[in-house]
Amino acid sequence: MQAALQISGLKKTYKGGFQAVKGLDLEVQKGDFFALLGPNGAGKSTTIGVITSLVNKTAGTVKVFGHDIDKELDTAKSFLGLVPQEFNFNQFEAPLTILVNQAGYYGVPRQLAFERTEKYLKQLDLWDKRNEPSRNLSGGMKRRLMIARALMHEPQVLILDEPTAGVDIELRRHMWNYLRELNAEGITIILTTHYLEEAEMLCRNIAIIDQGLIVENTSMKALLAKLHVETFVLDIIPTKQTPTLAEYPSRLIDDHTFEVDVDKSQSINDVFIQLTEQGISVQSMRNKSNRLEELFLTLVANNAAPKAKGN
Amino acid sequence: MMLSFRNRVALTSILYKEIHRFMRIWVQTLVPPAITISLYFVIFGSLIGKRIGEMGGFDYMSFIVPGLIMMSVITNSYSNVASSFFSAKWQRNVEEMLVAPVPNWVIVAGYVGGGMCRGILVGSIVTLVSLLFVDIQIHNVAVIIITVMLTSAVFALGGLINAIFANSFDDISIIPTFILTPLTYLGGVFYSISLLPEFWQGVSQINPIVYMVNAFRYGFLGISDVSLTVAFTVISLFVVTLFTIAMVLISKGIGLRS
Repeated sequence: MQAALQISGLKKTYKGGFQAVKGLDLEVQKGDFFALLGPNGAGKSTTIGVITSLVNKTAGTVKVFGHDIDKELDTAKSFLGLVPQEFNFNQFEAPLTILVNQAGYYGVPRQLAFERTEKYLKQLDLWDKRNEPSRNLSGGMKRRLMIARALMHEPQVLILDEPTAGVDIELRRHMWNYLRELNAEGITIILTTHYLEEAEMLCRNIAIIDQGLIVENTSMKALLAKLHVETFVLDIIPTKQTPTLAEYPSRLIDDHTFEVDVDKSQSINDVFIQLTEQGISVQSMRNKSNRLEELFLTLVANNAAPKAKGN
Repeated sequence: MMLSFRNRVALTSILYKEIHRFMRIWVQTLVPPAITISLYFVIFGSLIGKRIGEMGGFDYMSFIVPGLIMMSVITNSYSNVASSFFSAKWQRNVEEMLVAPVPNWVIVAGYVGGGMCRGILVGSIVTLVSLLFVDIQIHNVAVIIITVMLTSAVFALGGLINAIFANSFDDISIIPTFILTPLTYLGGVFYSISLLPEFWQGVSQINPIVYMVNAFRYGFLGISDVSLTVAFTVISLFVVTLFTIAMVLISKGIGLRS
């Protein structure tokens, strides 16, 4: 399969000497839905900035569908659509003007640009706002406007830098569905997000970046399979009996809440059997935290630990 | 610098955006110069001008008309690009162009073209306003057109370079206030430099606006304090130099890329 994006040995040192990216290697296949995760300041936005030519790299190579940004920048750019983290459109202009002009920068003729503007504004429920000054749009509308803008030249790769930040749950789900549809149409999607549930729900492959380096790069399935222990929170009906479980680390948080750690080799059925034998009824059950979140924190902590020792 | 179909569409889009911007805020961009220039005509032309008498063989009002038109072209070409490009940097919507396959020369040409359009439009409005006060004669229309095109290009490029370096809105008002305005007022708009002592005539030779105002005045009245060839050479050199500087700055991403 052809690589949509190939990054090798990418380094970026800012003027003040801060090294944001320290030799990053990454490959994203065509048609993938790819998550780039990392804590704040890990180098995600810098990496995206280099790919989209908003940040000058210090070293390394970046290729988009085989086109090196050092040699064929314009061709590489024409494959990419960017939805940045910050609102970066002219707040005084209307969505219609913003989108038509953006298409023009990619050489899309005006008539076709108007047709696409109507298509994407309708798909993203912004058509009614097409002539409103964009500063009057809500936060969610502004995010959708930036998605529409990134699609105006019909890119092969869509890069979204925290596209659902500050967006309410309903709208976030709506945006997820829209991104899934785009991906199903063949657009490669690269997503950075702080909502790990979002990455787990949407992405097939994942890279975790920390302190300017990739600390994990694998499929979502393979990554989640690394999680050996899951913690379940059980809502129980209070009784005089204190629940105890053989072979399962557990703790009673309060009268209603009981936590159990279940290893991959164990069965949750045994937990219910033991509790039933003790006359304890379970009303509901949930994961203590998002599974990916636990892995993410473990990987980032592991990456930080050797450096802390070194210091 | 090939003008491919894609580049032509991109250039048209930037030009459209720029023209749309200053037309949308026409009360701020087109009306004030007309009012300012009317006041100049009333004060320097009708009231004081009558006492001054002739200058360069023409009544004072006719003498200052070309300079006043040129003054509006200069300030509007400059301020349009300075404020528009800095605003695009400040709001970060300049990134819309930077992520797209728009060659740097198209970005420069688009913004400079927008600045020239505003300068020339305001110059035309001022010319129409001046018809209310004085009969304008035209000596050489080609000289008028070439001078106004080159001059607006010089100052639009100047505004762009100012905006590239600017970090705050204050930074785009410093150059017009402390450099552009003094150079314009000392550039022979209101007087013939032949009236100055020899030393100050020499000093005036290093003021590029002297060449622009005089070439423009030649187009209207057929008189000039400087040679037309020298004037066009100086203005053209400024266009080439400033265009080169703007291209280098944008290519290096100064103030645009981290």
